[in-house]
Amino acid sequence: MNKDTLLHIGRFVILILIQVMVLNHINFLGALNPYIYIIFILLAPININKSLFIFVSFILGLTIDMFGDSGGVHAAACLIIAFFRPVALRTVFGLSYEFQTVKLNHIGFGEKLVYVTLMVLTHHIVLFSLEIFNFSHILLIAKKTLFSSLFTIVITMLVLVLFRRNDS
Amino acid sequence: MQQIINFLIRNKHFLLFLLLLFLSLVFTIQSHSYHKSKFVGSTNFLSGGIYSWQHSISDYFGLKDENTRLLEENERLHNRLSFLEKDSMAIKYVDTISFNRPYTYTKARVIKNDYSKIDNYILINRGKKDSVVPDMGVITDKGIVGIIENTSENYSRIISILNSNSRINAGLKKSNQYGSLIWNGKDPNIVQLETIPRQAILKEGDTIITNGRSTIFPKGIGIGTIVNYKLDQNKSYYLIDIKLFNDMTDIGFVYIIKNSDADEIKSLEKLNHE
Repeated sequence: MNKDTLLHIGRFVILILIQVMVLNHINFLGALNPYIYIIFILLAPININKSLFIFVSFILGLTIDMFGDSGGVHAAACLIIAFFRPVALRTVFGLSYEFQTVKLNHIGFGEKLVYVTLMVLTHHIVLFSLEIFNFSHILLIAKKTLFSSLFTIVITMLVLVLFRRNDS
Repeated sequence: MQQIINFLIRNKHFLLFLLLLFLSLVFTIQSHSYHKSKFVGSTNFLSGGIYSWQHSISDYFGLKDENTRLLEENERLHNRLSFLEKDSMAIKYVDTISFNRPYTYTKARVIKNDYSKIDNYILINRGKKDSVVPDMGVITDKGIVGIIENTSENYSRIISILNSNSRINAGLKKSNQYGSLIWNGKDPNIVQLETIPRQAILKEGDTIITNGRSTIFPKGIGIGTIVNYKLDQNKSYYLIDIKLFNDMTDIGFVYIIKNSDADEIKSLEKLNHE
Protein backbone atom coordinates (compact mmCIF):
# COMPACT_ATOMS: atom_id res chain seq x y z
CA MET A 1 0.00 0.00 0.00
CA ASN A 2 2.08 2.90 -1.16
CA LYS A 3 0.99 6.47 -1.72
CA ASP A 4 0.03 5.95 -5.35
CA THR A 5 -2.28 3.04 -4.63
CA LEU A 6 -4.07 5.09 -1.98
CA LEU A 7 -4.38 7.94 -4.45
CA HIS A 8 -6.06 5.71 -7.01
CA ILE A 9 -8.44 4.18 -4.47
CA GLY A 10 -9.36 7.66 -3.25
CA ARG A 11 -9.93 8.84 -6.79
CA PHE A 12 -12.16 5.79 -7.44
CA VAL A 13 -14.43 6.54 -4.48
CA ILE A 14 -14.54 10.31 -4.95
CA LEU A 15 -15.30 10.08 -8.68
CA ILE A 16 -18.17 7.66 -8.05
CA LEU A 17 -19.66 9.88 -5.35
CA ILE A 18 -19.38 13.02 -7.49
CA GLN A 19 -20.86 11.21 -10.48
CA VAL A 20 -23.90 9.76 -8.75
CA MET A 21 -24.67 12.64 -6.42
CA VAL A 22 -24.00 15.66 -8.62
CA LEU A 23 -23.33 14.94 -12.26
CA ASN A 24 -26.15 12.44 -12.83
CA HIS A 25 -28.62 15.17 -11.90
CA ILE A 26 -27.38 17.96 -14.16
CA ASN A 27 -29.61 17.09 -17.15
CA PHE A 28 -28.28 20.01 -19.15
CA LEU A 29 -30.70 21.01 -21.94
CA GLY A 30 -33.10 18.32 -20.85
CA ALA A 31 -31.02 15.17 -20.92
CA LEU A 32 -27.26 15.73 -21.09
CA ASN A 33 -25.02 14.47 -18.31
CA PRO A 34 -21.23 14.39 -18.31
CA TYR A 35 -19.76 11.04 -17.33
CA ILE A 36 -16.43 12.07 -15.89
CA TYR A 37 -15.96 9.01 -13.67
CA ILE A 38 -13.95 7.48 -16.51
CA ILE A 39 -11.10 9.80 -15.46
CA PHE A 40 -10.18 6.90 -13.20
CA ILE A 41 -9.64 4.71 -16.26
CA LEU A 42 -7.88 7.49 -18.16
CA LEU A 43 -5.39 8.13 -15.37
CA ALA A 44 -4.74 4.57 -14.22
CA PRO A 45 -0.99 3.83 -14.21
CA ILE A 46 0.34 2.59 -17.52
CA ASN A 47 2.16 -0.42 -16.13
CA ILE A 48 -0.81 -1.68 -14.08
CA ASN A 49 -1.60 -5.42 -14.07
CA LYS A 50 -3.96 -5.86 -17.00
CA SER A 51 -6.38 -8.35 -15.44
CA LEU A 52 -6.67 -6.26 -12.29
CA PHE A 53 -7.29 -3.14 -14.38
CA ILE A 54 -10.05 -4.81 -16.40
CA PHE A 55 -11.69 -6.12 -13.25
CA VAL A 56 -11.53 -2.79 -11.41
CA SER A 57 -12.98 -0.96 -14.41
CA PHE A 58 -15.83 -3.44 -14.50
CA ILE A 59 -16.55 -2.82 -10.81
CA LEU A 60 -16.40 0.95 -11.41
CA GLY A 61 -19.00 0.71 -14.16
CA LEU A 62 -21.17 -1.69 -12.19
CA THR A 63 -21.23 0.67 -9.21
CA ILE A 64 -22.41 3.53 -11.43
CA ASP A 65 -25.04 1.17 -12.87
CA MET A 66 -26.19 0.22 -9.41
CA PHE A 67 -26.78 3.85 -8.50
CA GLY A 68 -28.31 4.71 -11.84
CA ASP A 69 -30.53 1.61 -12.24
CA SER A 70 -29.20 1.10 -15.73
CA GLY A 71 -28.54 -2.65 -15.77
CA GLY A 72 -25.00 -3.20 -17.01
CA VAL A 73 -24.45 -0.49 -19.59
CA HIS A 74 -21.77 1.46 -17.75
CA ALA A 75 -20.01 -1.76 -16.81
CA ALA A 76 -19.84 -2.83 -20.46
CA ALA A 77 -18.69 0.59 -21.65
CA CYS A 78 -15.97 0.82 -18.97
CA LEU A 79 -14.83 -2.70 -19.70
CA ILE A 80 -14.41 -1.96 -23.39
CA ILE A 81 -12.43 1.25 -22.94
CA ALA A 82 -10.28 -0.40 -20.28
CA PHE A 83 -9.49 -3.29 -22.62
CA PHE A 84 -8.75 -1.06 -25.59
CA ARG A 85 -6.84 1.59 -23.65
CA PRO A 86 -3.44 0.24 -24.80
CA VAL A 87 -4.59 0.69 -28.40
CA ALA A 88 -5.59 4.29 -27.73
CA LEU A 89 -2.34 4.96 -25.90
CA ARG A 90 -0.29 3.48 -28.72
CA THR A 91 -2.15 5.53 -31.34
CA VAL A 92 -1.68 8.77 -29.46
CA PHE A 93 1.75 8.45 -27.89
CA GLY A 94 3.44 6.02 -30.27
CA LEU A 95 6.97 5.11 -29.26
CA SER A 96 7.01 6.73 -25.85
CA TYR A 97 4.21 4.38 -24.83
CA GLU A 98 6.08 1.32 -26.10
CA PHE A 99 9.00 2.22 -23.86
CA GLN A 100 6.64 2.94 -20.97
CA THR A 101 8.14 6.36 -20.45
CA VAL A 102 4.98 8.36 -20.92
CA LYS A 103 3.71 10.10 -17.77
CA LEU A 104 0.00 10.87 -17.94
CA ASN A 105 0.47 13.91 -15.73
CA HIS A 106 3.09 15.48 -17.94
CA ILE A 107 1.78 15.27 -21.46
CA GLY A 108 1.01 18.18 -23.74
CA PHE A 109 -2.46 19.63 -24.09
CA GLY A 110 -2.92 18.47 -27.69
CA GLU A 111 -2.00 14.86 -27.02
CA LYS A 112 -4.11 14.83 -23.89
CA LEU A 113 -7.10 16.13 -25.82
CA VAL A 114 -6.77 13.48 -28.53
CA TYR A 115 -6.41 10.71 -25.93
CA VAL A 116 -9.43 11.91 -23.91
CA THR A 117 -11.55 12.37 -27.04
CA LEU A 118 -10.77 8.88 -28.31
CA MET A 119 -11.61 7.23 -24.99
CA VAL A 120 -14.73 9.30 -24.28
CA LEU A 121 -16.16 8.75 -27.75
CA THR A 122 -15.69 4.98 -27.53
CA HIS A 123 -17.22 4.91 -24.05
CA HIS A 124 -20.24 6.97 -25.04
CA ILE A 125 -20.95 5.06 -28.23
CA VAL A 126 -21.07 1.77 -26.32
CA LEU A 127 -22.95 3.35 -23.44
CA PHE A 128 -25.79 4.88 -25.44
CA SER A 129 -26.09 1.98 -27.89
CA LEU A 130 -26.67 -0.37 -24.97
CA GLU A 131 -28.80 2.06 -23.00
CA ILE A 132 -31.21 2.70 -25.84
CA PHE A 133 -30.77 -0.82 -27.25
CA ASN A 134 -32.83 -0.28 -30.33
CA PHE A 135 -31.42 0.22 -33.79
CA SER A 136 -34.50 2.05 -34.99
CA HIS A 137 -33.38 4.84 -32.66
CA ILE A 138 -29.95 5.11 -34.26
CA LEU A 139 -30.29 8.84 -34.78
CA LEU A 140 -31.11 9.36 -31.13
CA ILE A 141 -28.04 7.29 -30.23
CA ALA A 142 -25.84 9.40 -32.50
CA LYS A 143 -27.26 12.65 -31.17
CA LYS A 144 -26.91 11.67 -27.53
CA THR A 145 -23.39 10.33 -28.10
CA LEU A 146 -22.24 13.48 -29.86
CA PHE A 147 -23.59 16.04 -27.40
CA SER A 148 -22.81 14.06 -24.27
CA SER A 149 -19.28 13.41 -25.53
CA LEU A 150 -18.69 17.12 -26.08
CA PHE A 151 -19.94 17.84 -22.59
CA THR A 152 -17.86 15.06 -21.03
CA ILE A 153 -14.70 16.02 -22.94
CA VAL A 154 -14.94 19.67 -21.88
CA ILE A 155 -15.50 18.81 -18.21
CA THR A 156 -12.83 16.09 -18.25
CA MET A 157 -10.23 18.41 -19.75
CA LEU A 158 -11.10 21.06 -17.18
CA VAL A 159 -10.70 18.57 -14.35
CA LEU A 160 -7.44 17.22 -15.75
CA VAL A 161 -5.98 20.70 -16.14
CA LEU A 162 -7.22 22.05 -12.82
CA PHE A 163 -6.23 19.06 -10.70
CA ARG A 164 -2.86 18.41 -12.30
CA ARG A 165 -0.23 17.28 -9.84
CA ASN A 166 2.81 19.47 -9.95
CA ASP A 167 5.23 17.33 -7.95
CA SER A 168 8.44 15.89 -9.39
CA MET B 1 -4.31 -30.70 -21.88
CA GLN B 2 -1.03 -28.88 -21.55
CA GLN B 3 -1.88 -26.87 -24.62
CA ILE B 4 -5.31 -25.93 -23.36
CA ILE B 5 -3.82 -24.68 -20.10
CA ASN B 6 -1.16 -22.78 -21.99
CA PHE B 7 -3.82 -21.23 -24.16
CA LEU B 8 -5.84 -20.20 -21.11
CA ILE B 9 -2.80 -18.64 -19.45
CA ARG B 10 -1.70 -16.85 -22.58
CA ASN B 11 -5.10 -15.33 -23.20
CA LYS B 12 -6.19 -14.79 -19.61
CA HIS B 13 -6.75 -11.04 -20.03
CA PHE B 14 -8.87 -11.53 -23.08
CA LEU B 15 -10.88 -14.35 -21.49
CA LEU B 16 -11.50 -12.27 -18.37
CA PHE B 17 -12.61 -9.43 -20.62
CA LEU B 18 -15.01 -11.71 -22.51
CA LEU B 19 -16.42 -13.15 -19.30
CA LEU B 20 -17.07 -9.75 -17.74
CA LEU B 21 -18.45 -8.38 -21.00
CA PHE B 22 -20.86 -11.30 -21.18
CA LEU B 23 -21.91 -10.62 -17.58
CA SER B 24 -22.54 -6.93 -18.23
CA LEU B 25 -24.50 -7.72 -21.38
CA VAL B 26 -26.68 -10.13 -19.40
CA PHE B 27 -27.38 -7.35 -16.87
CA THR B 28 -28.14 -4.95 -19.70
CA ILE B 29 -30.54 -7.27 -21.45
CA GLN B 30 -32.27 -8.06 -18.19
CA SER B 31 -32.69 -4.37 -17.49
CA HIS B 32 -34.53 -4.02 -20.79
CA SER B 33 -37.15 -6.58 -19.90
CA TYR B 34 -39.82 -5.79 -17.37
CA HIS B 35 -39.66 -7.43 -13.95
CA LYS B 36 -36.36 -9.16 -14.53
CA SER B 37 -33.74 -6.65 -13.41
CA LYS B 38 -33.15 -8.07 -9.98
CA PHE B 39 -29.39 -8.22 -9.52
CA VAL B 40 -28.12 -4.70 -9.97
CA GLY B 41 -30.47 -2.12 -8.59
CA SER B 42 -30.40 0.93 -6.38
CA THR B 43 -32.62 -0.60 -3.69
CA ASN B 44 -29.66 -2.06 -1.81
CA PHE B 45 -28.51 -0.55 1.47
CA LEU B 46 -25.44 1.19 0.01
CA SER B 47 -26.98 3.22 -2.81
CA GLY B 48 -30.31 3.54 -1.01
CA GLY B 49 -28.54 4.80 2.09
CA ILE B 50 -26.40 7.29 0.19
CA TYR B 51 -29.37 8.61 -1.75
CA SER B 52 -31.54 9.06 1.31
CA TRP B 53 -28.67 10.80 3.11
CA GLN B 54 -28.22 13.11 0.16
CA HIS B 55 -31.93 13.70 0.01
CA SER B 56 -32.18 14.57 3.69
CA ILE B 57 -29.92 17.54 2.89
CA SER B 58 -31.42 18.65 -0.40
CA ASP B 59 -34.93 18.33 1.04
CA TYR B 60 -34.67 21.66 2.79
CA PHE B 61 -34.34 23.58 -0.44
CA GLY B 62 -37.70 22.41 -1.75
CA LEU B 63 -39.72 22.93 1.44
CA LYS B 64 -41.49 26.06 0.24
CA ASP B 65 -42.74 24.50 -3.00
CA GLU B 66 -43.70 21.37 -1.12
CA ASN B 67 -45.76 23.41 1.34
CA THR B 68 -47.64 25.19 -1.40
CA ARG B 69 -48.39 21.90 -3.06
CA LEU B 70 -49.69 20.37 0.17
CA LEU B 71 -51.85 23.43 0.83
CA GLU B 72 -53.38 23.15 -2.61
CA GLU B 73 -54.06 19.47 -2.11
CA ASN B 74 -55.59 20.18 1.30
CA GLU B 75 -57.83 22.78 -0.18
CA ARG B 76 -59.05 20.42 -2.83
CA LEU B 77 -59.61 17.58 -0.39
CA HIS B 78 -61.48 19.86 2.02
CA ASN B 79 -63.75 20.93 -0.76
CA ARG B 80 -64.47 17.37 -1.72
CA LEU B 81 -64.99 16.38 1.91
CA SER B 82 -67.60 19.01 2.51
CA PHE B 83 -69.31 17.91 -0.67
CA LEU B 84 -69.33 14.29 0.45
CA GLU B 85 -70.54 15.15 3.92
CA LYS B 86 -73.54 16.85 2.46
CA ASP B 87 -74.14 13.76 0.38
CA SER B 88 -73.95 11.25 3.17
CA MET B 89 -76.31 13.27 5.37
CA ALA B 90 -79.03 12.75 2.82
CA ILE B 91 -78.67 9.00 2.44
CA LYS B 92 -77.44 7.04 5.41
CA TYR B 93 -74.84 4.54 4.30
CA VAL B 94 -73.30 2.31 6.90
CA ASP B 95 -69.54 2.04 6.82
CA THR B 96 -69.19 2.96 3.17
CA ILE B 97 -65.54 3.65 3.48
CA SER B 98 -64.42 0.20 4.47
CA PHE B 99 -66.87 -1.62 2.24
CA ASN B 100 -66.72 0.31 -0.97
CA ARG B 101 -63.06 1.07 -1.23
CA PRO B 102 -60.47 -1.68 -1.28
CA TYR B 103 -57.74 0.94 -1.75
CA THR B 104 -55.51 2.31 0.98
CA TYR B 105 -52.83 4.93 0.53
CA THR B 106 -49.37 5.15 2.10
CA LYS B 107 -47.17 8.19 1.73
CA ALA B 108 -43.52 7.90 0.71
CA ARG B 109 -40.67 10.24 -0.10
CA VAL B 110 -38.87 10.11 -3.42
CA ILE B 111 -35.12 9.89 -2.88
CA LYS B 112 -34.03 9.46 -6.47
CA ASN B 113 -35.80 10.42 -9.65
CA ASP B 114 -34.60 9.91 -13.24
CA TYR B 115 -36.18 11.34 -16.35
CA SER B 116 -33.42 11.80 -18.89
CA LYS B 117 -32.88 8.18 -19.92
CA ILE B 118 -35.01 5.80 -21.96
CA ASP B 119 -35.71 3.53 -18.99
CA ASN B 120 -36.26 5.63 -15.92
CA TYR B 121 -36.72 4.46 -12.36
CA ILE B 122 -37.66 6.24 -9.15
CA LEU B 123 -36.44 5.23 -5.70
CA ILE B 124 -38.59 5.79 -2.60
CA ASN B 125 -37.97 5.33 1.09
CA ARG B 126 -40.57 2.64 1.78
CA GLY B 127 -39.92 -1.08 1.45
CA LYS B 128 -40.94 -4.53 2.62
CA LYS B 129 -40.84 -3.22 6.18
CA ASP B 130 -43.81 -1.00 5.34
CA SER B 131 -45.53 -3.91 3.55
CA VAL B 132 -44.88 -2.50 0.10
CA VAL B 133 -44.85 -5.26 -2.53
CA PRO B 134 -44.29 -5.21 -6.31
CA ASP B 135 -47.22 -4.24 -8.56
CA MET B 136 -48.62 -1.52 -6.36
CA GLY B 137 -49.47 1.74 -8.07
CA VAL B 138 -47.80 5.03 -7.17
CA ILE B 139 -49.41 8.46 -7.60
CA THR B 140 -49.00 12.05 -6.48
CA ASP B 141 -51.83 14.40 -5.67
CA LYS B 142 -51.93 15.39 -9.35
CA GLY B 143 -51.60 12.14 -11.25
CA ILE B 144 -49.90 8.81 -11.71
CA VAL B 145 -46.16 8.23 -11.35
CA GLY B 146 -45.55 4.53 -11.94
CA ILE B 147 -45.69 1.04 -10.51
CA ILE B 148 -43.59 -0.57 -7.76
CA GLU B 149 -41.21 -2.98 -9.43
CA ASN B 150 -38.71 -4.13 -6.88
CA THR B 151 -38.54 -3.86 -3.10
CA SER B 152 -35.86 -4.27 -0.47
CA GLU B 153 -36.14 -4.00 3.31
CA ASN B 154 -36.22 -0.19 3.42
CA TYR B 155 -36.51 1.00 -0.18
CA SER B 156 -38.53 0.31 -3.30
CA ARG B 157 -37.92 0.98 -6.93
CA ILE B 158 -40.71 2.37 -9.08
CA ILE B 159 -40.82 1.76 -12.79
CA SER B 160 -41.68 5.27 -13.89
CA ILE B 161 -44.25 5.98 -16.62
CA LEU B 162 -41.22 7.45 -18.38
CA ASN B 163 -39.88 3.96 -19.09
CA SER B 164 -40.03 2.09 -22.36
CA ASN B 165 -41.12 -1.07 -20.52
CA SER B 166 -44.03 0.56 -18.78
CA ARG B 167 -47.54 -0.25 -20.04
CA ILE B 168 -50.39 1.20 -18.04
CA ASN B 169 -54.07 0.93 -18.84
CA ALA B 170 -55.59 4.32 -19.41
CA GLY B 171 -58.67 5.69 -21.05
CA LEU B 172 -60.74 8.74 -21.81
CA LYS B 173 -62.62 10.42 -19.02
CA LYS B 174 -65.73 11.07 -21.06
CA SER B 175 -66.11 7.63 -22.60
CA ASN B 176 -65.08 4.08 -21.79
CA GLN B 177 -62.57 3.47 -24.57
CA TYR B 178 -59.15 2.56 -23.28
CA GLY B 179 -55.62 1.91 -24.49
CA SER B 180 -52.15 1.51 -23.08
CA LEU B 181 -49.89 4.29 -21.98
CA ILE B 182 -46.34 4.21 -23.34
CA TRP B 183 -43.43 6.63 -23.63
CA ASN B 184 -41.32 7.28 -26.71
CA GLY B 185 -38.34 8.59 -24.74
CA LYS B 186 -38.34 12.13 -26.06
CA ASP B 187 -40.05 14.62 -23.81
CA PRO B 188 -40.47 13.93 -20.06
CA ASN B 189 -43.74 15.91 -20.04
CA ILE B 190 -45.39 14.12 -22.96
CA VAL B 191 -46.43 10.45 -22.96
CA GLN B 192 -48.29 8.48 -25.61
CA LEU B 193 -51.53 6.57 -25.49
CA GLU B 194 -51.97 3.90 -28.13
CA THR B 195 -54.67 1.49 -29.29
CA ILE B 196 -57.58 3.83 -28.71
CA PRO B 197 -60.06 2.63 -31.38
CA ARG B 198 -60.90 5.07 -34.15
CA GLN B 199 -64.54 5.19 -33.12
CA ALA B 200 -63.56 7.33 -30.15
CA ILE B 201 -64.39 10.99 -30.42
CA LEU B 202 -61.35 13.00 -29.37
CA LYS B 203 -60.65 16.66 -28.85
CA GLU B 204 -57.50 18.46 -27.82
CA GLY B 205 -57.66 19.16 -24.11
CA ASP B 206 -59.66 16.04 -23.23
CA THR B 207 -58.67 14.46 -19.94
CA ILE B 208 -57.09 11.01 -19.77
CA ILE B 209 -57.53 8.97 -16.58
CA THR B 210 -56.71 5.49 -15.34
CA ASN B 211 -59.60 3.19 -16.07
CA GLY B 212 -59.43 0.69 -13.24
CA ARG B 213 -59.24 -2.39 -15.44
CA SER B 214 -56.19 -3.69 -13.59
CA THR B 215 -55.71 -4.25 -9.89
CA ILE B 216 -53.02 -1.58 -9.74
CA PHE B 217 -54.78 1.75 -10.04
CA PRO B 218 -58.34 2.61 -9.03
CA LYS B 219 -60.47 4.19 -11.73
CA GLY B 220 -60.30 7.91 -12.18
CA ILE B 221 -56.76 8.91 -11.28
CA GLY B 222 -55.69 11.77 -13.51
CA ILE B 223 -52.92 11.31 -16.07
CA GLY B 224 -52.98 14.30 -18.39
CA THR B 225 -54.66 16.09 -21.25
CA ILE B 226 -54.57 15.43 -24.99
CA VAL B 227 -52.29 17.80 -26.90
CA ASN B 228 -52.18 16.04 -30.23
CA TYR B 229 -53.65 12.95 -31.90
CA LYS B 230 -53.48 11.13 -35.21
CA LEU B 231 -54.55 7.82 -36.71
CA ASP B 232 -51.87 5.15 -37.06
CA GLN B 233 -50.75 3.66 -40.39
CA ASN B 234 -53.57 1.14 -40.60
CA LYS B 235 -56.10 3.87 -39.84
CA SER B 236 -57.66 1.76 -37.14
CA TYR B 237 -56.24 3.18 -33.93
CA TYR B 238 -55.40 6.59 -32.63
CA LEU B 239 -51.94 7.53 -31.39
CA ILE B 240 -52.37 10.28 -28.85
CA ASP B 241 -49.82 12.63 -27.26
CA ILE B 242 -50.67 13.44 -23.67
CA LYS B 243 -49.33 16.25 -21.55
CA LEU B 244 -48.95 14.96 -18.01
CA PHE B 245 -50.56 16.68 -15.03
CA ASN B 246 -47.47 15.78 -13.02
CA ASP B 247 -44.18 17.47 -13.63
CA MET B 248 -42.15 14.25 -13.72
CA THR B 249 -38.92 16.20 -13.26
CA ASP B 250 -40.05 17.51 -9.89
CA ILE B 251 -41.60 14.89 -7.63
CA GLY B 252 -41.25 15.16 -3.87
CA PHE B 253 -43.81 13.03 -2.08
CA VAL B 254 -45.86 10.21 -3.52
CA TYR B 255 -48.65 7.90 -2.38
CA ILE B 256 -48.48 4.14 -2.75
CA ILE B 257 -51.83 2.52 -3.48
CA LYS B 258 -52.57 -0.80 -1.88
CA ASN B 259 -55.45 -2.79 -3.28
CA SER B 260 -56.62 -5.26 -0.66
CA ASP B 261 -58.64 -7.17 -3.26
CA ALA B 262 -55.69 -7.65 -5.60
CA ASP B 263 -55.02 -11.28 -4.65
CA GLU B 264 -58.67 -12.21 -4.97
CA ILE B 265 -58.97 -10.63 -8.42
CA LYS B 266 -55.73 -12.17 -9.60
CA SER B 267 -56.76 -15.66 -8.52
CA LEU B 268 -59.97 -15.27 -10.52
CA GLU B 269 -58.03 -14.08 -13.54
CA LYS B 270 -55.79 -17.11 -13.25
CA LEU B 271 -58.85 -19.37 -13.47
CA ASN B 272 -59.63 -17.72 -16.75
CA HIS B 273 -56.29 -18.66 -18.26
CA GLU B 274 -56.35 -22.30 -17.35
